[in-house]
Amino acid sequence: MKIFQQSFKFFALIVLVFLSTTIYAYSSNEDGGEIDTREEVDAYISHHLQDSHDFALFSYTNDEGERKHFGFPLPVILWSSNGLVTFMSSEFHHNDDGDVIVEKNGSKFAKIHSKIYELEAGAEAVDFDEEHHATNAARVLDFSITKSVVGILVIGLLMFFWFVRLAKQYKKKQIPTGFGRVLEPLVLYVRDEISRPNIGEKHYRKFTGYLLTVFFFIWLLNMVGLTPLGFNVTGQIAVTASLAIFTLIIYAFSGNKDFWMHILWMPGVPILIRPILAVIELVGTFIIKPFSLLVRLFANITAGHTVIMALIAIMFVMKDTLGVAGATGLSFILSVLIMFIEVLVAFLQAYIFTMLSALFIGMAVAEHDHGHDVEHETADVEDVRGDFI
Amino acid sequence: METLINDFSPGLFAVQTILLLLLIFLMVKFAWKPILGSITEREEGIQDALDAAEKAKREMANLQADNERLLQEARLERETMIKEARELKTKMIAEAEADAQAQAHKMIEQAQAAIEGEKKAAMAELKTHVAGLSLEIAEKVVRKELSNKDKQLELVETMLGEATLN
Repeated sequence: MKIFQQSFKFFALIVLVFLSTTIYAYSSNEDGGEIDTREEVDAYISHHLQDSHDFALFSYTNDEGERKHFGFPLPVILWSSNGLVTFMSSEFHHNDDGDVIVEKNGSKFAKIHSKIYELEAGAEAVDFDEEHHATNAARVLDFSITKSVVGILVIGLLMFFWFVRLAKQYKKKQIPTGFGRVLEPLVLYVRDEISRPNIGEKHYRKFTGYLLTVFFFIWLLNMVGLTPLGFNVTGQIAVTASLAIFTLIIYAFSGNKDFWMHILWMPGVPILIRPILAVIELVGTFIIKPFSLLVRLFANITAGHTVIMALIAIMFVMKDTLGVAGATGLSFILSVLIMFIEVLVAFLQAYIFTMLSALFIGMAVAEHDHGHDVEHETADVEDVRGDFI
Repeated sequence: METLINDFSPGLFAVQTILLLLLIFLMVKFAWKPILGSITEREEGIQDALDAAEKAKREMANLQADNERLLQEARLERETMIKEARELKTKMIAEAEADAQAQAHKMIEQAQAAIEGEKKAAMAELKTHVAGLSLEIAEKVVRKELSNKDKQLELVETMLGEATLN
């Protein structure tokens, strides 16, 4: 309990640090801000699914019809044509349509659909074509501390804090107490159920650290995504791509001779087929495998967020057909049920990502005991088959 | 697909990569290595303890089997001893009985022989005594015949009467 309290204090401290960068509460005159129609719901969902430059907690419309936003701004760090530019996201005044132009270091910036564009020289306002694409502004390289980066930092610090505490406990006692007793079985689970069986007894130790980090990182971020704080870190394709590329780099660099031989010059098949197989294997190893990893996680989390928000939106969209109580009740029941599934999915996707990473690493470091010196060309098909099954 | 590519933020990718690299490094160095090290150590300790307990159990079982065997042997030995003693006892009793009977038989025979001897001696003595008496009577008769005829007759008659009484 003590550990739990301490970690709570730690978490509260982090939140306070962010909060201390002044909670903003300002008004804008966007059209109402109320979400009632299907189009508005769609726009809201797609807006939420994207990364955000400020940490919005809630918004409301006051009696004067002004839209009030509560949250805190986050630093914007850009690499523009005039070099590095930094400012707080509050300078955009919560505008997401490119109406507010921020001028820094001689460059003009506008935020359109959660992305920051740099206006071409001489332009004063963003022009849009029929498809709502900006015509006189270009995307800039954006290293901002966005909401997702805040999520990554918070979860990273939390993980570090929890597991370093657990590591310290072992110095004093054999069996951890308190919150460590919750964490230890999870560590053992990843080691014994994911790492060891997939990579093999001989090599698993080397890769368990990476797998543990990735497992807890994805799981905790998935779980944070289910809280009303509105994080959507593992639903950012950049984040999942980065994770998948880590796995790719690890298995590409730890692959042994057998692994490369099976990719580039497959033993046991006729010589003429080998180059064709090599192309297929190369595409499979370097594109399909990481792509499947990154898309699976991204799509599952995005789908989960979309479904939850859509079910919550039943409350507003079906108000007229079902009445306020009916729509709210239906929305509540359905979103609670889907929330249970999402909690499962949060774990499952972390498990699958880690499991597949372990599997790919295991394939790269596997020791093949069947001899490839055996001349397969003349051998019976069944004999060759036996070597691969 | 276009939105997917459009949604990809290279900046977030770079930040995430750097942070994840940092996180992996820190976690491996400060958390996973000590945790997994301690867990492995503990598991090995538990395995050793289990092995030792198993060994002790096996030794205990061996010891118990030994004890059982010894006890069994002792029991068997005792039984044979008791059996032997019983046999010895019956044998001794039988022998003693036979001895006693033989002894008694012999004593009876000796006693009968002694009695027979005594009887014979007594008879012999009686015969000698009767012969002596006869001689004495004959002497006295002879003497009396020499002095008085009547008296001699009377005497013979008296003597004979006496002898018959004897």
